[in-house]
Amino acid sequence: MSAPNKSYDPVEVEALKPEEVERARDEAIAAFAAATGLEELKQAKVAHTGDRSALSLANREIGALPPQAKATAGKLIGQARGAVNQALAKRQAELEAERDARVLVEEAVDVTLPFDRAPRGARHPLTTLAERIEDTFVAMGYEIAEGPEVEAEWLNFDALNLGPDHPARSMQDTFFVAAPDGSPDSGVVLRTQTSPVQIRTMLDREPPIYAICPGRVYRTDELDATHTPVFRQVEGIAVDEGITFADLKGTIEQLVSKLIGDELELRWRPSYFPFTEPSAEVDLQCFVCRGASVGNPDRPCRTCSSEGWIELGGCGVVNPRVLIASGVDPNRYSGFAFGLGLERILMNRHNVADMRDMVEGDVRFTLPFGMEI
Amino acid sequence: MRVPLSWLREYVDLPAGETGRDVAERLIRAGLEVETVEQLGGDLKGPLVVGQVLSIEELTEFKKPIRHCWVNVGDANGTGEPQEIVCGARNFAVGDKVVVVLPGAVLPGPFPIAARQTYGHTSAGMICSARELGMGDDHDGIIVLPEHYEPGTDAIELLQLVDEVLDIAVTPDRGYCLSMRGVAREAAAAYGLPLADPALLDVPPANSYGYLVKVADPVGCDRFVARTVTGIDPAAKSPIWLQRRLQKMHVRPISLTVDITNYVMLEVGQPLHAYDRNRVDGPLQVRRASEGELLTTLDGVKRKLSAEDLLICDNSGPIGLAGVMGGASTEILDPVADPETGEVTGSTEVIIEAAHFDPVAVARSAKRHKLPSEASKRFERGVDPEAARAAAQRAVDLLVLIAGGTAEAGVTDIAAPRPMRTITIAADLPDRVAGTEYGRETVTRRLQEVGCAVSGSDVLEVTPPTWRLDLTDPNDLAEEVIRLEGYDNVPARMPTVPPGRGLTEAQRMHRRVGVALAAAGYVEVNNYPFLGDAAFDALGLDKDDARRRTVKLVNPLNDEEPALRTTLLPGLLATLRRNVGRGNTDLAIFEAGLVFRPKSELLVAPRPPVDRRPTAEELAALDSALPDQPRRIAVALAGERQPSGWWGAGAPSGWADAVEAARTVARAAGVELEVRQDQHAPWHPGRCAALYAAGTDRLVGHAGELHPRVLKAMHLPERTSAMELDLDALSADGARRVEGPAVSGFPVATQDVALIVDRDVPAARVELALREGAGELLEAIRLFDVFEGEQVGEGKKSLAYALRFRATDRTLTADEASAARAAAVASAEASTGAVLRGA
Repeated sequence: MSAPNKSYDPVEVEALKPEEVERARDEAIAAFAAATGLEELKQAKVAHTGDRSALSLANREIGALPPQAKATAGKLIGQARGAVNQALAKRQAELEAERDARVLVEEAVDVTLPFDRAPRGARHPLTTLAERIEDTFVAMGYEIAEGPEVEAEWLNFDALNLGPDHPARSMQDTFFVAAPDGSPDSGVVLRTQTSPVQIRTMLDREPPIYAICPGRVYRTDELDATHTPVFRQVEGIAVDEGITFADLKGTIEQLVSKLIGDELELRWRPSYFPFTEPSAEVDLQCFVCRGASVGNPDRPCRTCSSEGWIELGGCGVVNPRVLIASGVDPNRYSGFAFGLGLERILMNRHNVADMRDMVEGDVRFTLPFGMEI
Repeated sequence: MRVPLSWLREYVDLPAGETGRDVAERLIRAGLEVETVEQLGGDLKGPLVVGQVLSIEELTEFKKPIRHCWVNVGDANGTGEPQEIVCGARNFAVGDKVVVVLPGAVLPGPFPIAARQTYGHTSAGMICSARELGMGDDHDGIIVLPEHYEPGTDAIELLQLVDEVLDIAVTPDRGYCLSMRGVAREAAAAYGLPLADPALLDVPPANSYGYLVKVADPVGCDRFVARTVTGIDPAAKSPIWLQRRLQKMHVRPISLTVDITNYVMLEVGQPLHAYDRNRVDGPLQVRRASEGELLTTLDGVKRKLSAEDLLICDNSGPIGLAGVMGGASTEILDPVADPETGEVTGSTEVIIEAAHFDPVAVARSAKRHKLPSEASKRFERGVDPEAARAAAQRAVDLLVLIAGGTAEAGVTDIAAPRPMRTITIAADLPDRVAGTEYGRETVTRRLQEVGCAVSGSDVLEVTPPTWRLDLTDPNDLAEEVIRLEGYDNVPARMPTVPPGRGLTEAQRMHRRVGVALAAAGYVEVNNYPFLGDAAFDALGLDKDDARRRTVKLVNPLNDEEPALRTTLLPGLLATLRRNVGRGNTDLAIFEAGLVFRPKSELLVAPRPPVDRRPTAEELAALDSALPDQPRRIAVALAGERQPSGWWGAGAPSGWADAVEAARTVARAAGVELEVRQDQHAPWHPGRCAALYAAGTDRLVGHAGELHPRVLKAMHLPERTSAMELDLDALSADGARRVEGPAVSGFPVATQDVALIVDRDVPAARVELALREGAGELLEAIRLFDVFEGEQVGEGKKSLAYALRFRATDRTLTADEASAARAAAVASAEASTGAVLRGA
């Protein structure tokens, strides 16, 4: 840089004349405005703000000015460069926005194209229904108890107050496992109910017991629209001090409320099971006709066979004999138990007309149920 | 049990407007399961009247014989003139009284009746059969009425054609409700009305000159009442009212004496048996059979008896299976009319047996001889032993009244002493069982209503009535009070449940694996566990394969499938095939469930007593008789795993998907799987993976493509693949607890390496060697290419891996990364014979 020239006359420097600076500024701004693309703008940028541009060259002259002139010239050039850079940034933003908009349009696709590359799966609705019922009870504090499907007769029958001559033990209902000699006297059957799990639970530990026993059970029925020889039950048992029929009613009402809703009526009617005394069957008001089909041949209801009620399950106060066989003191404890058939609930809750669909494993039946019901 | 409302009203004065449905609703709430209410004659409309056949003209020019009749129907047709009717039936004669339906009437169906031209004549109505009137299905012939009915009389009323019949499914504890008497008692209690008990009859006391009966087994038979009636008119027929009641109960009228015994059984619940006295040789004897003794029952079947069978005998030997079925040799003879003289012959002297037999003895005999009868059904469920005298009396009365018989004065009544059954209960037991307050007065009143004798105050001594053999325990009495007070009136309340433990680890895992497979595109199925040897043959299992050792059923649904599954595959593959057959071609299905593996030593499960907790030894013996029942999970795949589409090519399913499914399950279970090459039926010998829990030598399952022979035998699609895992074995060590990794912020150094190895060297071994050699700096390793071809040489393959190195405390230098890579390669060279490609 040259040394200050104290006698230098600023008027003599052509490039620093205000009109020259303004012209350079205006030319730069005009060039930016005229650029139609980012490439043109880049060229204009080099031409008007680069080292060889008019303003850059003028800026270099400032150093040789006398001190009093430096400030004036510096201000002049600074303002001009500021205006130029601002114009450049603005145009840069404009052109980038234009380009982005164009590219995004070019990249547009048909988002309604079907995409099923990943295969869909589903859980069986009986599984998810069982889990839903289990969760209702787990939330109340119950545990889930499980047991073997091939079960000792003593646990499946005797301990449940089904004596050796009880009709339910006949060959008509029960699959008997062959003894080593091939006879039916193995003392082992396919469980006809999940109640033996209740016995196992009571044998396992002291009350209080609040347990849910879900599982597959077996009866010698032929498969048809409303029967299957292998089906699912969810049974429950509560054994504690002071358990009553009223506790059973409250618990079942709670389950129905969670599972089905509150708007349908329940009917409690006396029944008979050897393992409960008193025993009851619980009916749910038909959710289709709500009783309107009863005695009304003009409006038959397929769902409830025009009975107005749908059987939900059996229940009762645990027979003290069952407590005794399970090692529970009936003078201190009482209990209730209930059993629900899941297939029937699925049929009612989801309007499934034919039980065979739950058995045959056709994926078209199961897929719509997805992961949760 | 069928209950005609008209009959029920004979014992309970039900409100006049009460319909069958109203009564059903009340009975249901009292615990009787009324299944249907049948409307008899609901769509029937008259005129339906008695007619007398005046003339019959046989028309023979048609394919079948036709009769052109004139029938006197009194004034019922409005003219009093004979009615012209064409009829196809032939079992009636001129002068017979018949049932005539006139034009304008409607028969059940509904079938509207109108005058019409047929067979060249006018037929203004019909002469009716029992079937046409909805009276029963067993009679196609025309009803011929007794002579004394006047032509023109309304036959709807006469034949009791309009009625309602309740059909009740009687639970095993309510044997007394297998009678009109029992149901009437329940109806009376439900309505709070008095009961006219049909068993309240005047019965002469027992005396010594009745028919001689010897009871050798007072345990099997604790009551035997015998009465005799002589002079019965064999030509006497059951009156219409009796026939109609039997028909409404679905009991076929047979002969007057038999009809009366059936009627009395239905009325009071006591099964009766009638013997033709002239066919019985000497005294009646009750005893057990000798093994192998023979008896021909009245269904004509010759039965070989067991020593447990309880018999009625005379001097000739067995003449009846007690409480089950009578014998043919002494049965009442069907009346037979002599075609010449018209004289009717049949049984004229009968012995009526009203006895009480041991329920278990009857049940076992009925079961043993596969002979469930109306009598055995009642004895099994309990018959009122005190009803025997009244029932016998009722039968005698009817035989005298209807059959013209004479009751003999002798009354045989043998009764074994019967202990008084008294139950002691706290007066507040029903309150404590129900969880509400009834109070002592209500409890006492309700128990009395069901027929109990009750005494005491805070503690009640309750003697149940003789017909309630089901009332044995305090809770039985509590139930009576609670049900009569109404289950609907018991309050609802929630028990206070202590804090629960939630799901167990195993239960959570079982849910997770199902969710994981479903999320991976598998559809859950549930198959029956039944199979037979054919399933194992199709899988190509060796004769001595352990899976062929099964739990066998004595009474399978299908003789071809008498065993329980030892593997999930047969059921799963059958379901796969069923789906394919239905046009579902791209399939991925799974099943989770138990399989059944017999223990090495087969034991019989004991039957400990139930009046105490079994001992530890007894419980252990119960469990040791059960097979092992591990939980398995299996998948099967066929068709495309990923479909092709606008995005490009899809992917067929194959062995790798099956292995991946196993890994999916294992990951959900928190277990690492180690895969080893294997050969195991039913898998393809070159495409079968044995699956081990990593770090153990515990085999947990297999996966891969199925053997082509298996696919052919089971008609499965090509390349069908499958996996089966033992979930119990898989999770035997529990899920591993994951240590939180230290995530390094330093840059990664990536190095690729391609190794050439012999074709049969498993990739898993190469990877393991690389890992071991690379040491701590190795963050991840991934096989990204497998190549076989000329360039790598015959019998060789090239495996290309990407190695990612990173240190936790510094940026690795290029030299450090290269040294780690070299160490990895050296390790692979040493343990697998790998050669660095391009080296």
